[in-house]
Amino acid sequence: MNVHLYIWQRGTAALLAPMVLVHLAVIFYATRQGLSAAEIFSRTRGSLAWGTFYGAFVVSAAIHAAIGIGNILCEWTPMRDKTARGLSLLFGLFLVVVGARAVLAVVFG
Amino acid sequence: MSRQRPRSYRRNALWVAAMVHRLSGIGLAVFLPFHFLVLGLSLQGAAKLDGFLRWAELPLVKLAQGGLIFLLAVHFLGGLRVLFVENFDSRGNQLRLATAAGSFAAVIAFAFLIRAF
Repeated sequence: MNVHLYIWQRGTAALLAPMVLVHLAVIFYATRQGLSAAEIFSRTRGSLAWGTFYGAFVVSAAIHAAIGIGNILCEWTPMRDKTARGLSLLFGLFLVVVGARAVLAVVFG
Repeated sequence: MSRQRPRSYRRNALWVAAMVHRLSGIGLAVFLPFHFLVLGLSLQGAAKLDGFLRWAELPLVKLAQGGLIFLLAVHFLGGLRVLFVENFDSRGNQLRLATAAGSFAAVIAFAFLIRAF
């Protein structure tokens, strides 16, 4: 892992830490009486705050996960570094796309 | 002929902590796309998402959710320890911190399961 990737991974980790804490609190709050689509939408629909929060969460998690998976592919497989980084970049982009779609789905329907 | 080196480092608790961090990261990375795809079901109507959420009420699925909460919590707490070690002049007992991270993650997952069942 080069210095740039290291800084991006640790930087996104620092951003993700408070977000994970909030997400865990939301999970505990939301599961108090079982989950339903109506219950989820009552919190998220039209909420710019939740949209922004989860949008940032998706992007940070995608960057963090892509770098981490890239490291693992480089260290644990015979794959060339360039191939491993290319695959992990594709994985990160895939996470951003499906994650953004999920946020749009629950915030804007 | 060289003899195979004993992998005694595998008995080191901090090596185990690093491995737990890595494996929990892999688990979360595998889970994330499915999580996003499920939330995206609501684009096809609330009934579609409700159908999945009813399936998620099955005891075995709830148990798996508890496992995911553990992965998230242990990766989060283990990651905090790494950030702390790398950015501060840490004199704390790393072994104790790593053990506390794993234990607290287990408590969080157990609390989730109590709430879910």
